[in-house]
Amino acid sequence: MYLVIVFLPLVSAIMAGLFGRFLGNKNSAYLATFCLGFTFFLCLIAFYEVGLCHSPCYIVSFPWIQSELFKVNWSFLFDSITVVMLIVVTSVSFLVHMYSIEYMGQDPHLSRFMSYLSFFTFFMLILVTADNFLQMFVGWEGVGLCSYLLINFYFTRVQANKAALKAMIVNRIGDFGLSLGMMALFFTFKTLDYNVVFNLAPLVVNENFCFFSFELNKITVICLLLFVGAVGKSAQLGLHTWLPDAMEGPTPVSALIHAATMVTAGVFLIIRCSPLFELSAIALDVLMVFGSLTAFFAATTGLLQNDVKRVIAYSTCSQLGYMVFACGASSYSVAMFHLANHAFFKALLFLTAGAIIHALRDEQDMRKMGGLAMLLPFAYSMIVIGSLSLMGFPFLTGFYSKDSILELVYSSYSSPAGFAYVLGTLAAFCTAFYSFRLIYLVFLSVPNGYKSYFNQVHETPYLMALPLVLLAFGSIFIGYLTKDLMLGMGTNFWGGSIYFLPERAGLFEAEFIPTNIKILPVCLSLLGAFTACLFYSSFFKFLVYLSVYVKDFYTFLNKKWYFDKIYNEVVGKFFIWFGYNMSFKLIDRGFVELFGPYGMSKLSFNLAKQFSLLQTGFLYHYIFMLLVGVTFFVGILSFGYYLNFWVDTRLYWLFMIGLFFIIFSDTRQILNQ
Amino acid sequence: MIVEQTYFLFTSILIFLTGMGGIFLNRKHIILLLISIELMLLAINLQFITFSVFLDDLFGQVAAFFILTVAAAESAIGLALLVVYYRIRGTIAVEKINLLKG
Repeated sequence: MYLVIVFLPLVSAIMAGLFGRFLGNKNSAYLATFCLGFTFFLCLIAFYEVGLCHSPCYIVSFPWIQSELFKVNWSFLFDSITVVMLIVVTSVSFLVHMYSIEYMGQDPHLSRFMSYLSFFTFFMLILVTADNFLQMFVGWEGVGLCSYLLINFYFTRVQANKAALKAMIVNRIGDFGLSLGMMALFFTFKTLDYNVVFNLAPLVVNENFCFFSFELNKITVICLLLFVGAVGKSAQLGLHTWLPDAMEGPTPVSALIHAATMVTAGVFLIIRCSPLFELSAIALDVLMVFGSLTAFFAATTGLLQNDVKRVIAYSTCSQLGYMVFACGASSYSVAMFHLANHAFFKALLFLTAGAIIHALRDEQDMRKMGGLAMLLPFAYSMIVIGSLSLMGFPFLTGFYSKDSILELVYSSYSSPAGFAYVLGTLAAFCTAFYSFRLIYLVFLSVPNGYKSYFNQVHETPYLMALPLVLLAFGSIFIGYLTKDLMLGMGTNFWGGSIYFLPERAGLFEAEFIPTNIKILPVCLSLLGAFTACLFYSSFFKFLVYLSVYVKDFYTFLNKKWYFDKIYNEVVGKFFIWFGYNMSFKLIDRGFVELFGPYGMSKLSFNLAKQFSLLQTGFLYHYIFMLLVGVTFFVGILSFGYYLNFWVDTRLYWLFMIGLFFIIFSDTRQILNQ
Repeated sequence: MIVEQTYFLFTSILIFLTGMGGIFLNRKHIILLLISIELMLLAINLQFITFSVFLDDLFGQVAAFFILTVAAAESAIGLALLVVYYRIRGTIAVEKINLLKG
């Protein structure tokens, strides 16, 4: 059954991809959805067996690489965090499949789309079920590849092509760090198996890499390199630029990849490697700083975006920051909990945004919407549920995970915890603000779009509505239902899959922080929501008036803190200049050609030409050369025995070569004459 | 006796070198070239004969006779070529014979 979980999506992808033209679009879509539904059902059983009954499952299938010390198997590990990820991935994927039947129903390439979606799910399952780093890397690269294919689904659009390339390449930067980290792991532990690495990790705590005479702690280096991988995949500050651009793909793709599954891979990697991260305080501090900066940056950027999907994309980025700094506070279980909850309400938000876009004939700009609450009451209620959950409204899913993250960070003993708490709380305010800004601009304000669009607005079809309803239930109840399971005091749900040092265990302290600190994030969230509604309803004129003075500020946030501009103008331009002028023109077509094929051929051609110039046609020259040659060889033959005693024989070669030069200079003179 | 042998050998080497010098210092006629070659062959003949006498061995003189015949044949052919060449080109100046260049 466990192997069926992993390979059923692959079967579905192959059926829809290779036999789609025989099955037909609709049939292959239904088939893929059915396969994913069945996988989800099996995942529920796996969750019951592994998570609730505490019987982790370990399957070794067959060896992949065997080379002396290096041995990698294709093997699968199902423990608590794996089954949580399985539930998240397969449920969201199943619902997205179902949603896409209707959403992409008019698309002539539906079966290709379904194939990619299933293929993506397969790679995500490989990623989460792997029991060694190399197999995990297969999934890691696989989801990167599938994200390229899916973002680029409308391959005739140049923007989609560019966004897909950007996603692929920016991810590849992180993957380079990850592969370096894997090499460092192998160098240290001589294996890539999770269990061996994590069991041996405490032994090498005080060992150092010597790198250019710098002494670097092994665990810290490994953790930081793994984190570079996570930065790329989970869109942390620095390599986050691909995530908003990836909104070029169809909306179900955004829901599947950029909300629920692919971006969580980085956080999953950190949680999976908790036994390593625990041993490096520096790495944890880096996690905390980067996570909180990401949360704050993305939340402030999301404030003033005008594209529906981009707002949600930045909120994803921001929530990923929350998860990462929760990991930095050593509360991996909370990060995992937030990851699971976030998947549900973010998928809900994206799919509802898809429904709105679908209803408005692919209009994505919030400034051209408005007044849809009466026309699309279902989508309205869905997005309100999702947004309330996202901003951590009490007793909804997001509340249980997001607020406990902030409480944990507040009570953490780590040094950057205060920094992270302040940024996280501010981000919570911004989250509420942009969520309600979105709701207000799309649903409540006066209609701003074309009348013809509003005339044909239609309510969400059933096949699209059903996933939304299920996700809405998830967004409301999942947090409450699984809170005691995942976070409860003394829960043994995680078993051995998550490890934290006893001195860093913060869950107990977090329960006893002051009450006003506890309710502060909720108050700020409510305040943010209230301010957004107030600004965009009553004080709209004030906003317009204000815009004259804070134009720079607005541009700064709207242009994403100028990250893209700086990357393009400084980094991108420099590397393109380097690529063309240095490595291509100067090295490839310059040095290498000069000392390689071109220069050599020219040299030998010139040599041959000058050699042939020795034949002047004059008899007496020929005879002179003859005489010189005979004298040389006779001299060597008859006096060599005596000369060699005094002279190194290798000097003759030098002499010969020198002679060539003299001859050539002579022939040049002859030519000049 | 040894002194006389060195005289003979020295003379023959001198003649040989003269012939050689005549070959590559010569810029005028091809006939001079042929004459120089004859001179070199003559020097070699002299050497053969000298060694034949001083080693008390007849093979050197046999070789000298062979070389005489070969030299005669060679100069005959060489002169014939020269005549043909003169008929075509109208000159036998060595400096003008440079049609075949590298």
